[in-house]
Amino acid sequence: MKFGVVVFPGSNCDHDAFHAIGHVLQKPVEFIWHQSQDLHQCDAIILPGGFSYGDYLRTGAIARFSPVMKSVEKFVSSGGLVLGICNGFQILLEAGLLPGAMMRNSGLRFICKHVHIRVENTNSPFTCAAQPGQVLTIPIAHSDGNYTCDEATLRELEKNQQILFRYTTASGKNDAAGNPNGSVANIAGICNHARNVAGLMPHPERAVEQVLDSNDGLVIFRSMIEALVGAAKATA
Amino acid sequence: MATAQTEIKVTPEIAAEHGITPEEYARIQQILGRVPNITELGIFTVMWSEHCSYKSSKVHLKRLPTRGKLVVQGPGENAGVVDIGDGLVAAFKIESHNHPSYVEPFQGATTGVGGILRDIFTMGARPIAVLDSLRFGEITASPTTSQEDAAKNRRILDGVVRGVGSYGNCFGVPTVGGEVAFEPCYAQNPLVNALALGIARKEEIFLAKAKGIGNPVIYVGAKTGRDGIHGASLLASAEFTEESQQKRPNVQVGDPFMEKLLLEACLEAMKTGAVVAIQDMGAAGLTCSTCEMASRGGTGIEIDLAKVPQRETGMTPYEIMLSESQERMLLVAEKGREYEVLAVFKKWGLDATVVGDVTDGGLLVVKDHGRMAAQIPAHPLAEEGPVYNRPIAEPAPRKETEKDWYKFAAEGTNLTANFQKLLASPTIASKHWITEQYDSMVRTNTLAGPGASDAAVVRIKETKRALALATDGNGRWCQLDPKVGAMHAVAEAARNVATSGARPIAATNCLNFGSPEKPEVMWQFSQAIDGVGEACIALGTPITGGNVSFYNETLRKSIYPTPVIGILGILQDASKVLKLAFKNPGDVIILLDGLGPGGPANRANPAQEFSSSEYAKTIGGIVAGEPPAIDLNAEKRLIDALIAFAEAGTVRSAHDLSDGGLAAALAESCFASQGLGATVDFDGEANAEFALFGERGARAVLSVAPQQVAAVLATARQYTLGARQIGKVTDDNALCIQYKGVAVISAPVPTLKDHWAHSLERNLNIP
Repeated sequence: MKFGVVVFPGSNCDHDAFHAIGHVLQKPVEFIWHQSQDLHQCDAIILPGGFSYGDYLRTGAIARFSPVMKSVEKFVSSGGLVLGICNGFQILLEAGLLPGAMMRNSGLRFICKHVHIRVENTNSPFTCAAQPGQVLTIPIAHSDGNYTCDEATLRELEKNQQILFRYTTASGKNDAAGNPNGSVANIAGICNHARNVAGLMPHPERAVEQVLDSNDGLVIFRSMIEALVGAAKATA
Repeated sequence: MATAQTEIKVTPEIAAEHGITPEEYARIQQILGRVPNITELGIFTVMWSEHCSYKSSKVHLKRLPTRGKLVVQGPGENAGVVDIGDGLVAAFKIESHNHPSYVEPFQGATTGVGGILRDIFTMGARPIAVLDSLRFGEITASPTTSQEDAAKNRRILDGVVRGVGSYGNCFGVPTVGGEVAFEPCYAQNPLVNALALGIARKEEIFLAKAKGIGNPVIYVGAKTGRDGIHGASLLASAEFTEESQQKRPNVQVGDPFMEKLLLEACLEAMKTGAVVAIQDMGAAGLTCSTCEMASRGGTGIEIDLAKVPQRETGMTPYEIMLSESQERMLLVAEKGREYEVLAVFKKWGLDATVVGDVTDGGLLVVKDHGRMAAQIPAHPLAEEGPVYNRPIAEPAPRKETEKDWYKFAAEGTNLTANFQKLLASPTIASKHWITEQYDSMVRTNTLAGPGASDAAVVRIKETKRALALATDGNGRWCQLDPKVGAMHAVAEAARNVATSGARPIAATNCLNFGSPEKPEVMWQFSQAIDGVGEACIALGTPITGGNVSFYNETLRKSIYPTPVIGILGILQDASKVLKLAFKNPGDVIILLDGLGPGGPANRANPAQEFSSSEYAKTIGGIVAGEPPAIDLNAEKRLIDALIAFAEAGTVRSAHDLSDGGLAAALAESCFASQGLGATVDFDGEANAEFALFGERGARAVLSVAPQQVAAVLATARQYTLGARQIGKVTDDNALCIQYKGVAVISAPVPTLKDHWAHSLERNLNIP
């Protein structure tokens, strides 16, 4: 299996995702330049965090037109796994690969700190290695993390179990007190209807080593690895 | 076309309007052999401004120690470079952007960060950490500050913090530490000092020496506009008056996305092997980068302004040469290989144009559409600026008596209420409201971010090592005694680095002072240099670079003399980093003292010494007396011992004593913990307030597992330190301090923490 980390002009967390997958989890990983017309036979794609195109216009608004996104869209249609982290999530929203939109944090400021998110369901390739209701301590670092969608979309997300992660208090309570940015229904991360595309605002790649105060992010990458192994076995 | 401008005939009056003295004007004519044209006059004005030429500080800076066995590059290049082992080097420097941050807080701060980042990556080093050292006026009304002025200071603070965060966050470098202090004197002269650190392989370090006659000179990055013209000479080299608002066009405007592209493109271009030299365009833009590169290389440079990418029409040669538009670099490539370099910049979507070439003859030649716009010998322009030995006059000594000093509370007084007030005072209160606006974790190297340890610690993934950084300064102490205050700045930064377990190896300095035209200010400057020098020698931390910021004054009133020192340390084993939070109930709390078990040999008058403390200022409204005496040998012993403790792994936490003394240090170790408290009970000769809140240096508190206490005490003896067991970490979430048998502080930790943690937001009126 091989992971690909897309690099847009202004991506910052590409190296962090590369390090987490390649050095900590010891899986093959390579960078994919945003101009690239193909995805180098990667089995899973990460759209990393950062400030692609300086967040000009809107976060992710310009990156979604990068040449590589055409290949990503095809990859998604054929069932490929795509994880958007922070700016990556914003790009997936702008590209219409995930429903909803991102607004400025309700406090109107950039926030960087560890938060708690709860795994809402484990039937996705991004959460299958976790326990239902497991609380993960993972850092956020964003000024535009206030996920929003209309009433109908929110009902759909809940009905189809597309909400993968919610912000909670330290004890796992789904409460506004645990929500750092005002997102609707305390949503921290979602997946698409087909469950092969996910986006989340927290940075799991920053929580893969105990020396960095938490390694709770490992379970998300391990889920993807488990899902890829399963898929490979299925087609073998 | 440029003609109208270049037709202005330069006269002594026009030169004077530019700030050139008659002597400087005569010297310019001597260098050129004729009267300068207006473009040449502008060029000399910026290069010989205080900010660029260091004309008032050079004679004193010479006295700083700049050599050491780990120093690869000392002052004189874009940043200092030190050997950190494994074939790697660290490039680091601190720089000021004070005046622009008063005029336009957001852009002033943001371009300050941008500037220092460029100084690092122009050396070929990827920036891995930023620290910012900020000083503002009072943010709440007081006898010394009106409601209106406090509101203004809050606005400046908000703009500066957003500016610092917005640049570092978008650029993708973690802002991992720094400090924020408040004094009335910084109200109209805020200090914004930004430090950046980068690493590179030793053989990949680039210097800025234009070499190779005929080599192409290439301009890369943002287009040139009219922003920041005379930023160096008008903003950084002059004091503020009532007309300061009009200086807004002199403030540069930053674009961190552009700089991120520039970073990646420059590092990639440098790897081609086709880049000979590179320098960023900062203060005095094209002027500075061309003449400095030529001067260092012993060559000349000829450029054609028609080739310079411009984002405004009708710019004159004067404007183009003096523009301080950000995110631009100038590089020299190997002739014949320029296309390799240009291709890299094209990939990253950046302008890259050959604008000239390296020549022999040592002249800076500026052409514009075929016409000669300026022709100046590069070396005299860059290196032979005026050097002043400004008059120095020690002010009359302050005549103080007991009446002027702090009056200690009666024995047995409960100090809890005063302590709560101290914890809420802006300089001591938690800065987490600020630091959470900075991404402190990007690049996943941060082992100790803001508030976790006394220094910021970042690991170097290719090695087992980590680097530690701290910035420190104390303007109030320097006002009371510039030499001692400056020594404390060095000692505190070094002690902070050692408290994280790292060995201090090098220093950078940002010297923020008032007008050099005032003999008392020059006396403060000279004294501070003496103090910095003496401390750096004693503690083994040579100065590798930095900058001087003069003219920090408004309407003739200057700031406290404020040397800010940044110290870099190496932690040989990253897994041994020390942090300041208490860890386990039952751990023994030990107070280490570099002066030995008895404390200072010659006791200064306690009221006189205490009058310089944060407590005296906050509780008594007093700023007087003297900073605590400093003993550099004691500081060194403590530093060496802390490094040994980290290596041995025998202590659970370490926190040095500084603002707010022992009580503040104990409280902070509780606040950072997971709900732990402390019970402390000890004796001494001094009265309670002095013992708990005195700020003498060379001290630290450790928490130690009971089974390690004997080993720790033995190590302390080995380093001739005093080591007293003063209490225990508890799980009852309360802080209780008994002194001489009396409970002087007793409160639940959450109550104390609330005062400390939310004071800043409350003062800023954040809901």
